[in-house]
Amino acid sequence: MGPHRPPPPGTSPTAARPRRRTVLGAGLAAGLGAAGLAGCSGGGSRDSLVVAIVSNPQMQDAISLIDHFTAEHPDIDVRFVSLPENEARAKITASVASGGGEFDVVMISNYETPLWAANGWLTDLEPYIAKTSGYAPEDFVPTIREALTVDGAMHSVPFYGESAFLVYRQDLFEQAGLEMPERPSWDELREFAGALHDPGAGLNGIALRGLAGWGENLAPMNTVINTFGGRWFDMDWAPGLDSPEVNRAVSTYVDTIRSFAQAGAATSGFGDCLTLVSQGNAAMWFDATSMVSGIEDPRSSTVVGKTGYALGPTELTESTSWLYSWALAIPETSEKKDAAWEFIAWMTHPDYFQLVGEEIGWEALPPGSRQSTYEIPEYAELSETYAKPTLDSMAAATQEQSMTEEVPYPGLQFVGIPEFQDLGTRVGQQFSAAIAGQKSVDEALEQAQGFAESIARTYGWEG
Amino acid sequence: MSTSAAVALPAAAPPSKRPKGRLTGHLLTVLAWAAGLLFFAPVAWMVLTSFKQESQAASNPPTFFFTPTLEQYASIINASGAGSYLLNSVIATACSTLLVLVLAVPAAYAVSIRPVKRTQDVLFFFISTKMLPVVAVIMPIYVIAGQIRMLDNILTLIVLYTAMNLPIAVWMMRSFFLEVPGEVLEAASIDGASLLRTMRTVLLPMVAPGVAATALICVIFAWNEFFFALNLTAANAATVPIFLMSTMTSEGLFLARLSAASVLASLPVVLAGWIAQKQLVRGLSMGAVK
Amino acid sequence: MSTTTDAPVGRGADAPRTPAADGRRARSPREDQNSSAAAWRRRLPLMPALLFVVICTQIPFLLTIWYSLRSRNLLRPEGEQFVGLRNYLDIFIDSTFRTAALNSILITLGCVLVSLVLGLGLAMLLDREFVGRGFIRTLLITPFLIMPVAGAMLWSISMFDPTYGLVNWLISIMGISPVDWTSQFPMLSIVIALVWQWTPFMMLLLLAGLQSQTGDVLEAASMDGATPVQTFVHITLPHLRFYLELSVLLGAIYVVNTFDQIYLMTAGGPGTSSANLPFYIYQRAFLGFDIGQSAAMGVVTVIATIVIATFALRLIFTSINSKEQS
Repeated sequence: MGPHRPPPPGTSPTAARPRRRTVLGAGLAAGLGAAGLAGCSGGGSRDSLVVAIVSNPQMQDAISLIDHFTAEHPDIDVRFVSLPENEARAKITASVASGGGEFDVVMISNYETPLWAANGWLTDLEPYIAKTSGYAPEDFVPTIREALTVDGAMHSVPFYGESAFLVYRQDLFEQAGLEMPERPSWDELREFAGALHDPGAGLNGIALRGLAGWGENLAPMNTVINTFGGRWFDMDWAPGLDSPEVNRAVSTYVDTIRSFAQAGAATSGFGDCLTLVSQGNAAMWFDATSMVSGIEDPRSSTVVGKTGYALGPTELTESTSWLYSWALAIPETSEKKDAAWEFIAWMTHPDYFQLVGEEIGWEALPPGSRQSTYEIPEYAELSETYAKPTLDSMAAATQEQSMTEEVPYPGLQFVGIPEFQDLGTRVGQQFSAAIAGQKSVDEALEQAQGFAESIARTYGWEG
Repeated sequence: MSTSAAVALPAAAPPSKRPKGRLTGHLLTVLAWAAGLLFFAPVAWMVLTSFKQESQAASNPPTFFFTPTLEQYASIINASGAGSYLLNSVIATACSTLLVLVLAVPAAYAVSIRPVKRTQDVLFFFISTKMLPVVAVIMPIYVIAGQIRMLDNILTLIVLYTAMNLPIAVWMMRSFFLEVPGEVLEAASIDGASLLRTMRTVLLPMVAPGVAATALICVIFAWNEFFFALNLTAANAATVPIFLMSTMTSEGLFLARLSAASVLASLPVVLAGWIAQKQLVRGLSMGAVK
Repeated sequence: MSTTTDAPVGRGADAPRTPAADGRRARSPREDQNSSAAAWRRRLPLMPALLFVVICTQIPFLLTIWYSLRSRNLLRPEGEQFVGLRNYLDIFIDSTFRTAALNSILITLGCVLVSLVLGLGLAMLLDREFVGRGFIRTLLITPFLIMPVAGAMLWSISMFDPTYGLVNWLISIMGISPVDWTSQFPMLSIVIALVWQWTPFMMLLLLAGLQSQTGDVLEAASMDGATPVQTFVHITLPHLRFYLELSVLLGAIYVVNTFDQIYLMTAGGPGTSSANLPFYIYQRAFLGFDIGQSAAMGVVTVIATIVIATFALRLIFTSINSKEQS
């Protein structure tokens, strides 16, 4: 017989028990009631918007300024879901693609916009743009506006746009007697990195992204592939990731990282590299032009005034560039499109830039979306060192100038097919493993080619 | 060598061991202290970091001496939406635990005191659902929830947490019911008490500590749950673990703030576990261990 | 009071029970005639819980099976069609799936075994009176109570960061150069974080087992001249057998489904070298949007888990039953 506990002495069965069950029951009812109320979508006069955005600095600034929006629109309550890039994309894509309806405003890019608009998942924004005074859609940077327009109508509007360029520590270059040309080559870049690399003193020759993700490490790496003459698919959709050109490109990138870049590069994303540069731990960085919002911000950067900017390193092409824009769109499933547009209009209106400049600082202006931004006197002054490289890079962000051969898909740093989110991430994982030294570049490319081949077959490649 | 302690041991005392000499005893004590401090060290480091400024938290070499500041905690408490994350966690945890108890107590009764015919099969079924990976069913759940517009809704989490904890609760309550002495049940049934009355007046008081242990385990698992919250919530129903993850930004340094948030997020369960250590043991073993 | 013909399956199926001890009410003749009504009355309290679990777990699982027979990518809705077992075939040539399965096994085995040994050691240390015993025990159970999300980020950032992590600082004191833990040793990093979290769990269960050992047997052994080691091996360990098995089983059930640490510490990387099955399936579903493939993987994982679980549960059921008889 197992141990038996004798009944507790003196328990009066009738007195305490009803109370316990009543309490339990009442608690359950109250709790479920509260949950039901919380679970109900907002009834009453206030519209509650759920906005999904990527947690980059410019977006964080917008969140901090939300009181200004609420003051102008007291009947709209905005709730943000702010996540790191990979997670944000995953959540937004899952929600919009499955029609889950969690979000009223989503932050997507010039990658998703054409694909999702074609599937009917995004709301046509032209009617809304037309009735918003002072919105000036023609002020958007032309290449970006083009990228977000489908069938003549904008289906998302840009919040900020970027291309890619190179930031370098002018002071360190002077000290070492080096000079950065306006358009360096990859060989020159490696030379500079080698000369300045001093890990013992906490200085990396260069910072480069290695974090796996089609929008993370694959963004810079694709431009390297482009400039070395490689391509993902040729005009017959034959995948070319195992070609010598791609091999040379990826090997150069991986070798540059392993020789001259930061430890832990395999898991370094945009934010990690930004920290390295602004804390003075990297002498150069090739990445998105939007980096200036962090690097030139005196509140968090120790290298303000010491930096110079050059165009991206090239090998065989005229320029190395990419085109990217974080843009705001309204999923078709949203039931609050008018309120959603109010919010989007606030965040992308020319007036918003004035607000950011005055409240936060002129260096925090979202760059690369509107041309008028660069004509604001305070900003023009601030952006003296990088305004021209930024605009030049964006203007050069075409396939004609950044690629050696024709390709059957849009995009420079991405391949504009729906499967690329997955394909790019899987290939990015292979590259990240190569960067970490876990596999050779040849092995990584072999696996990558395999992934690309199964996609290619669905596009008619016979192989 | 005989020890006089053997005969006089009360049942509750730890088993006495043959005295090995004071030196060994002291060494073992030192070892125990070292082990305890070593295991706790990461937690201590996290608490320490929560009082630093960001640049101190990410310094190389690590900063051990600094002026503590409460600014990270202030930043977390004042963060926009922080209250709603907390409220969501509290609602999801409390409601699912209550629902679990309401469902599990009768079910446990039916597999212990007045057992149904295929009790072993029922028990196996319950524990098998616990062993199945949630990932296998997350997609259909996501799609169904989307189609009935229950995504980002706290009720969805309540339902799923209940399903998640029910098997454990049934097993646990069963073991507590099995401890109820037969005589008590006999006495109650002879008095002609109905099932419900027996439950209320006799059983529940006796297994009250068991109910507490079950509730504690359910609270721990529901409060800490991450996977469902990650996939099925967005803004309105997001819980504390999601908030914790969101403190990890891609912009600059965040370690001190994250540490403060971690401390606050873990505090309820840590305190509950510290206070109710005995219930914890009982609960973790699903009632198999007294 | 007479024992009746249908043996109680609760309380240990094989134990002969005296009528007074098993607490079942006598069945009147009327009840014997309406035995099905009586049986349903017994089932009734069970039904709500059973139905709830069935609806929340089995129905989604049936849907998963349905999805696994179709090719469907969320992003290309026009491509959905019935493909039979092709998703399953694709799994078996997917080398990443094999890696993930292997990782699942390695992580589970590594974490359970190491934390079991550590937990046993700690339990033995705590199984004696000493100054501050309660305090030390409180410290020791804390890692298990810390929110796993917080713990995962604590390890991957505070402890393992290559530049400012505590671990690299500690090893630099010993003259070793910094290691990029989550990139170079992702599996080890994950296992360390998991062992830290689960050792208190093992310790608590085993401590309860040690404390259920009465002093008499140990005294008798020592009086017979057994050394502490002999006592441990021949008396303590066999007594602990039930607790060890329970710890291993419960630990394995929880650890095999670990997701938080993988997601937050390494995101399955570098590449997919540290992905385990739950993470890989999640990746295929929510990052790859390949519903068919991920569903098929889910089904395969479930089947494998059931097979392994059946053996393990048989073990635990016999153990529990024999314990209830003792």
